[in-house]
Amino acid sequence: MDTKDILDIIERNGKNHAGLIAILEEVQEECSYLPEEILRLVAKETGRSLADIYGVATFYKAFSLKPKGRHCVSACLGTACHVRGAQKIVEEFSQELGIKPGETTPDNEITLETVNCLGACALGPIVVSDGHYFANVTARKVGEILRDTREGTFGSDGAPEEHPFLIEVSCPRCGRSLMDSGTSLHGHPSILVTASMNGKTGWSRIPSLYGRFARTHEHAFPDNTIIQLSCPHCASSFQDGSRCVECGAPLATMRLADGNGVFRICTRTGCEGHLLDLGRAEL
Amino acid sequence: MINLTINGLAVSVEKGSTVLEAAQFLGFPIPTLCHHEGLTPYGACRLCVVEIGEGPGARLVSSCTYPAEEGLKVRTASERVVRARKMIIELLLASCPQSKVIQDLASAHGVRTQRFRQEYEDCILCGLCVRMCSEQMMAGAIGFRGRGTERSIGTPFDVQSDVCRFCGGCMHICPACQLRCTYNQPEKAICNACANLAPPCIEKEQYGDMMCYMNPCVACEIK
Ligand code: SF4
Ligand code: SF4
Ligand code: SF4
Ligand code: FES
Ligand code: FES
Repeated sequence: MDTKDILDIIERNGKNHAGLIAILEEVQEECSYLPEEILRLVAKETGRSLADIYGVATFYKAFSLKPKGRHCVSACLGTACHVRGAQKIVEEFSQELGIKPGETTPDNEITLETVNCLGACALGPIVVSDGHYFANVTARKVGEILRDTREGTFGSDGAPEEHPFLIEVSCPRCGRSLMDSGTSLHGHPSILVTASMNGKTGWSRIPSLYGRFARTHEHAFPDNTIIQLSCPHCASSFQDGSRCVECGAPLATMRLADGNGVFRICTRTGCEGHLLDLGRAEL
Repeated sequence: MINLTINGLAVSVEKGSTVLEAAQFLGFPIPTLCHHEGLTPYGACRLCVVEIGEGPGARLVSSCTYPAEEGLKVRTASERVVRARKMIIELLLASCPQSKVIQDLASAHGVRTQRFRQEYEDCILCGLCVRMCSEQMMAGAIGFRGRGTERSIGTPFDVQSDVCRFCGGCMHICPACQLRCTYNQPEKAICNACANLAPPCIEKEQYGDMMCYMNPCVACEIK
C-alpha cells in the first residue's frame, strides 16, 4: 500500500470527524493492521492530532496496531462458551502457542484472539480458525485445530469444511424425527422428507451436516423451481411463510430435535439459502 | 435569557450556560475536579453532581456539562447530592490517595474513611491534561489510549512526542501529580518535560524529598 492509496482512502471518506473510523477500517482491511507511518500520515492529512487518532485506534477492539499472523484463531469467550469452559481452551491455546490472546507467534504464523459470542452459543465452546468453525471444543482438540490451521486441512478428508455442525431435526407439527440413519450423506445420517411438485411426490434427502446442500430426490426436479417439502409422517407442510434471504422463495422450517431452535432451507431447487435459528423453540 | 431556580432562588443566565455556571453566578458552591475555566467541559469526575427535577422524576446530573434549561429546578446540596458526592470522593481517594487535591476535597467534605481496595494510581483519567495540551497549548501531544481498565494517558506509541512544547501545562493542571516532579522516575513521566529542561534543582541534596512543591518554581517557572 503506498501513499497514494492512503490519500485516496482519506479523500473518499472525508477529513471530518465521522470519516476517521471509516479510514482506519479501510487501512486495516488493506494492511491487516494499522502501521505507525500510516497513522502519522492520516494525522497529517486530516489535520487531527496523532494523539487523537491513536486514541481511536486503541479504543476499538476491531483495530490492531500490531501485524497479524497468516492465520487467525479466535476462541469465543462469550457467556455461554465461558460457562462451558472456554477459558480453559484459551489457556490451552496460549500454552501451545506460547503467546497470550491478542498476540502473534514469533514466526508470524498464528494470531490468537478472543471474541465475545459468535452467535452459535448452543454449540459452544466455539473456536473459529481462518473462518472454519469448531463446535464443542475441548482442551484435547486444541492441538488438532492448530495442526489443521497450520496445514490448512479442515475436516478428515482434507477438504476445508465450512460448518462442521451436525444437526438433528424433527417435524414441527407431529414432533417425530426426520433423521434417517439408513442412508447417509457425507458420512452422516440424512434428513428424510417428502418433496412434491406439480403432483409428482417422492422422497428427498438433505445432508445433516449444516452448510452442505447436495440433496437427493426420488424424482429429478428441474433447476430453479419451487418444491413443496412436507413431513413423511404427518404430511404437514414445512413452508411456514418465511422467505429465503438469498432468493425470496419460501423456506421450509424444521425443528431441531433438542427443541433448541429451528433449521430452515430454501425450497427452490439450486438455491443454497439455509439458516439455523438457535434459541427459537416456538414456530 | 434562560430562567431557572437553584435551591429555590430564581436566576436567569445566558443561553448556552451550564448549570454549574448558573450556580456559581449565584454563589452556591459546587465542588469540581475535571472542570476548568478555559477548557471544554468533559464530565469525567462526576464530583459536580446536582439534583434536577422534582419528586420521583428527580435525577442526578453533572452540572458542569448540563445546559441550563428554562424552568429547571436544581438542588446543589440535597441529601442525595451530598451522599453521591461523598461516595465519589471516597472512590477518588481509593484510587489516588496521594493527591493533595483529592485529600483536600476529602477533608472539606468530611470524608474520613475509605472502604474500598486501596490503589495508588497516578492518574484519575480526568482528561484535564489532554484538554490543556490541545486546547490551550495547541499541541495535541498527549491523549487517552485504550479503554476500560486499560485506559491511560500518554503519547501515541509511547514514544516521546515531537509536537510537545515542553510547557509543563499538563503537569501544572493535573490534580493527581500537580507540580510533583516525575523526573526521578522518567518512565512515569507524562511528557518528560522536566528531563529536557535540565533543571538545576535536581543538583540539590534534598531533591528526593522536595517532590517539587516549590511555588513558584524558580527553575522551571511552572506556576
Ligand atoms: S508539556 Fe507537552 S504534553 Fe504537556 S501540555 Fe505541554 S505540550 Fe502538552
Ligand atoms: S494525568 Fe492528571 S490531568 Fe491527566 S487525566 Fe490523569 S489525573 Fe487528569
Ligand atoms: S522544580 Fe525542578 S524538578 Fe520540580 S518541576 Fe520544576 S524543574 Fe522539575
Ligand atoms: S457465547 Fe460463544 S458463541 Fe455465543
Ligand atoms: S467537574 Fe463536572 S464532572 Fe468533573
